[in-house]
Amino acid sequence: MVRKIAEKGYIFLMLGILYAPILMIIIYSFSNTNNFTFPEGFTFEAYVQLFTNAPKKLWDSLLNTIIIAVVSSVLSTLIGAISAVGIYYLKPRARRIVENVNQLPIINSEIVMAVSLMLFFATFGFPQGYVRLIIGHVSFCTPYVILSVMPRLMQMDPNIYEAALDLGASPIKALFKVIIPTILPGVISGFAMAFTISLDDFIITQLNKGASTGIDTLSTYLYSSLRNASGLKPFWLPVFSIIILLVVFIVLFSNLHSYKKGGKKEGK
Amino acid sequence: MKLKDLPKKAVDKVKNFRLTRRVFSYPYILFLLLFVVTPLVIVLVNAFIYDGTLSFQNFVDLATDGSSLKVLGTSIVVGIVTTVICLLLGYPVAYILAKWKSGSVLVVLFILPMWVNFLIRTYALQTIFENMAMTLGMGTVIFGMVYNFIPFMIMPLHTTISNIDKSFKEAAQDLGASPVQTFFKSTLPLSLPGIISGITMVFIPTISAFAISQLLSNNSIILFGDSINLKFENKLYGVGSVMSLIMLALVLLSNFFINKINKGEAAKNLW
Repeated sequence: MVRKIAEKGYIFLMLGILYAPILMIIIYSFSNTNNFTFPEGFTFEAYVQLFTNAPKKLWDSLLNTIIIAVVSSVLSTLIGAISAVGIYYLKPRARRIVENVNQLPIINSEIVMAVSLMLFFATFGFPQGYVRLIIGHVSFCTPYVILSVMPRLMQMDPNIYEAALDLGASPIKALFKVIIPTILPGVISGFAMAFTISLDDFIITQLNKGASTGIDTLSTYLYSSLRNASGLKPFWLPVFSIIILLVVFIVLFSNLHSYKKGGKKEGK
Repeated sequence: MKLKDLPKKAVDKVKNFRLTRRVFSYPYILFLLLFVVTPLVIVLVNAFIYDGTLSFQNFVDLATDGSSLKVLGTSIVVGIVTTVICLLLGYPVAYILAKWKSGSVLVVLFILPMWVNFLIRTYALQTIFENMAMTLGMGTVIFGMVYNFIPFMIMPLHTTISNIDKSFKEAAQDLGASPVQTFFKSTLPLSLPGIISGITMVFIPTISAFAISQLLSNNSIILFGDSINLKFENKLYGVGSVMSLIMLALVLLSNFFINKINKGEAAKNLW
């Protein structure tokens, strides 16, 4: 009995520590300060400031973040889905090699990826700006798409594809009627993953955005504001709160969804 | 005869080229070679270029530079302390959650903060430390690292522990082992793959972390990842490349260990 209470207490204590800083941000987003105090009492002023008086740079960087995330996640999903099918049908040895190289961007430290891309772009004189950023984002997002499509292909019954061919479907038709519907859930979750990873990225963007282009994403703009001696403007706290609420909503929703689906499968 | 055969073979090869399914992988293989492998090769080449000539001078520079060695030492200390704290705090969490029916749902709550950008979380910690009038330094950096990376410890541990067959524990108890003995003789050894994954998934990101230690120590503590960035900012491409290679070697080495212990199941544990 004592043990059970201790266990519960420990879990809730850890959760408490984990969530306290995040909750603080949400609470103090209503204080119109950046230092977690309430000098003016409870106020919506920071939110008002955010939507009426925030620097244009904030909205520009938000737009950049979204553009880069959309373009690179769509590209990675297309490349990833198509090549996952190709990789699956490679000869075992070639497949193993490609799968291992595909792992590299996932296991490698981001800082090493970032500097290697920076050197590469500089060596070959790639145009600065979006091109570099999107290539960089695609290179670390695509491996995740492939990893989420691959298990689907492995679960697929190869006889169905053969049966489609026997019944007179052309290989292209069989691809569209058999393989694509099978991998679709993996493609969708791969897309979601690529999109979030691209949104969340800081290091690779920071090192490859190029100082002269003036392109900033939300995270690199935040970083330069954090390093600014005057500290963050109060409007940042509402920005953080909105991001946090979106994350909580999306993660809980997607997990609840997969949990329900998993439960159904087990029930069978 | 032979001369005629050769072109025919080549023609056959071209004729036999069909749009097989494996062809779909070729563009991506090209992409990987171009944008993942080539950049790393360029880092490798840069590590051996000093003043436009091929030499080991960059390695010598790094090995004899006191401040770089200090960075390396600090990184290893911060990395080890962070990893040990994450293991000591995270193991009980994973162990308790594996026992609970609601554990698989609750573990999501431990992983969720990871999806909030680390700059936001680090800013929150920094502000809390400042409000508590704590001096920013080694202690706050380690707290920040533990806070950021403990989900990476809990995740693989929870997966491993909840997959341990319950009959091992029951057998140990039937054979008269006390709960403490059961834990140390059965559960702990069986969760070793999770421990190894957790250790590398915390240690590597900690020493290569960028910006966290700067923000949580007022720029007084610089770790390996920040140092790589600083070297490139100061145009010291050679030394920076050597440091990147060291980091890459560490990553590959630890990944090799994980794969060896998990026998190819490492990828499953990642997400």
